[in-house]
Amino acid sequence: MGGIPHDHYEPKSNFEKGMAARLPVIGLLYDTIMIPTPKNLNWMWIWGIVLTFTLALQIITGVVLVMHYVPHVDMAFASVEHIMRDVNGGHMIRYLHMNGASLFFVAVYAHMFRGLYYGSYKAPREVTWIIGMLIYLLMMGTAFMGYVLPWGQMSFHGTAVITGLFGAIPFVGEALQTWLLGAGAVGQPALNRFFSLHYLLPFVIAGLVIVHIWAFHTTGNNNPTGVEVRRGSKEEAARDTLPFWPYFVIKDLYAMAIVLVVFFAIVGFMPNYLGHPDNYIEANALVTPSHIVPEWYFLPFYAILRAFTADVWIVMFASWITGGIIDAKFFGVLAMFGAIAVMAVAPWLDTSSVRSGRYRPMFKWWFWILVADFIFLMWLGAMPAEEPYASLSLLASAYWFGYFLVILPLLGVIEKPTTPPSTIEDDFNAHYGKSEGSDASGAATPAE
Amino acid sequence: MLKKLTLSAALVLGLTGGGAFAAGGDGEVHDYDFSFEGPFGTFDEMQLQRGLQVYTEVCAACHGMKFVAFRTLGDSGGPKLPEDQVRAYAAFYQVWDPTLFDGDGDFRAATPADKFPPSSLNNAPDLSLMAKARAGFHGPYGTGISQFFNGMGGAEYIASLLAGYTGEEKEEAGAFLYENKAFPGGWISMAPPLYGDDVFYEDGTEATLEQVSQDVAAFLMWTAEPKMMARKTAGLTGVIFLGVLAMLLYLVNKRIWAPVKGAAKRKD
Repeated sequence: MGGIPHDHYEPKSNFEKGMAARLPVIGLLYDTIMIPTPKNLNWMWIWGIVLTFTLALQIITGVVLVMHYVPHVDMAFASVEHIMRDVNGGHMIRYLHMNGASLFFVAVYAHMFRGLYYGSYKAPREVTWIIGMLIYLLMMGTAFMGYVLPWGQMSFHGTAVITGLFGAIPFVGEALQTWLLGAGAVGQPALNRFFSLHYLLPFVIAGLVIVHIWAFHTTGNNNPTGVEVRRGSKEEAARDTLPFWPYFVIKDLYAMAIVLVVFFAIVGFMPNYLGHPDNYIEANALVTPSHIVPEWYFLPFYAILRAFTADVWIVMFASWITGGIIDAKFFGVLAMFGAIAVMAVAPWLDTSSVRSGRYRPMFKWWFWILVADFIFLMWLGAMPAEEPYASLSLLASAYWFGYFLVILPLLGVIEKPTTPPSTIEDDFNAHYGKSEGSDASGAATPAE
Repeated sequence: MLKKLTLSAALVLGLTGGGAFAAGGDGEVHDYDFSFEGPFGTFDEMQLQRGLQVYTEVCAACHGMKFVAFRTLGDSGGPKLPEDQVRAYAAFYQVWDPTLFDGDGDFRAATPADKFPPSSLNNAPDLSLMAKARAGFHGPYGTGISQFFNGMGGAEYIASLLAGYTGEEKEEAGAFLYENKAFPGGWISMAPPLYGDDVFYEDGTEATLEQVSQDVAAFLMWTAEPKMMARKTAGLTGVIFLGVLAMLLYLVNKRIWAPVKGAAKRKD
């Protein structure tokens, strides 16, 4: 794999040669694990491994939970309590799964903003980025459907609100919503199919993760300088890179151990901090919680959904020009999905010739405002739908779209980037000093 | 890096304390000191037993706990009643058994394998999970950051509610409402259940209103989270083991990268 020249796997024993002729799986694993990796990767490049680990954690804990869970409206809540009280270690498995969802999103947001800052989405890595966005969408779908399964108050009424969004689509909305729920309202058919899909989608995600890795192993990793690895010869490439094993495997595992210390502290000492107390009340269609709020990781997009009310001029304009087909509710839905869509097309909106934000003096500022904007939207999403939060949400949503649709294209034209180092090796040496020549990569770095 | 990680973790946690935004807002919740607070907090067996007594003699008249099995009263990390007492306690309740009378069903004395009966009063909520279904603390600015330090406050909410009646009452649409400082909105339909000296404690503890309220709140925290002590032990074990692993990996990582990085390491 990969465009970076490096030593490939050579089968030695008879068994290996036999395997290589029949199913070259050892070679595939070897080339994957020994892939040349830019040696200047910083600590923001650890989240991919954290995400892969979390996916495995969620699948394993999830499979065990399914052994005890009952997807029936009368028994779902009680079966979760059965897991919490009677199943050996069940409380721990469920809390790991529950907080694993939050770990997943912490890591994915760090991973995405890393990509946005260092220009990892730019050519030739657009495909990696697009697949990543698909994974993110599936993650959101999976997390949402998983939240429905305990059949608590927030599960039930959250589902009603979110599937109601599809009902806002003109003409086909109501039929679509009924089709999605399998009934006119949230009930047994919805619970059953959400359970089915919640079990299925993680495996689809796992498949896409493999494609995601395949894609960036083909282009090579991005790195903090955004400068490509030299590919003229094996020797040249080896001066910019180190093999993934052991250098990055150990580094990533070290970082992951620290992430997991924090994770276990939360699971062990405050497992319900990120959840909603209301979800410990069994679902009741007749009692609506005073405050229906999605999980924290959906809040920024929930804020965007609610920001476009009927009295906003752009909504009034859209409504007027479409003869009322696009009303405020539908506009909100479009805005919410649009907020993710503009992120997905970032590779074609960013016009700058320089990849990494490190060498873009103006971009840096706009980027950090975007991060602050995201956190601000998260807070706004949790606030009640009233002033001043409504106006602030509108402002923050406007920045989100403005960043991708206006600022990114314009910056490439008006900004004067500084000069990136000419090679990754230069960047690495500027940071750490030249090595003594006793390089572990052996012949890779000739004595200088 | 550690700094960056803890910072981002604190940021995410701080800004998103989900519990902050849900039921139980507005009211005046007193931050009582409970023995089970913090990473090393444990349940006080004697307090849970007193709380069980309050539940049995007062709350159980209207409320139920349909998710809690009698046998768990004997579990360690709980009230830890001796087995014969659990048996005797369960027998005190009548439960519906659909297999009796050739499938017609009948009431019989409960055994430790049975669960507490559900609420007998229609609008009295089940109390099994009440301490997790309410959050006492929400601030500042609705972010829920205070829960990071004070805990969710479910037990505090219950104790504050029970001790929070002002004595005022009013009639509204044919129902009586009682003023309560801790209840969101200020008026609750449950009549004051406790006044102090509602029960007689065998262990000599004085049954003041505050004491009784806190005892039953602690008991309901246990019914909501019966595996809390096992969970904290598991969490602590995880943190210690992973902490050691992180240190070892730090050393391995340093060792592996040392020849690559060269002597003149400038920053980091």
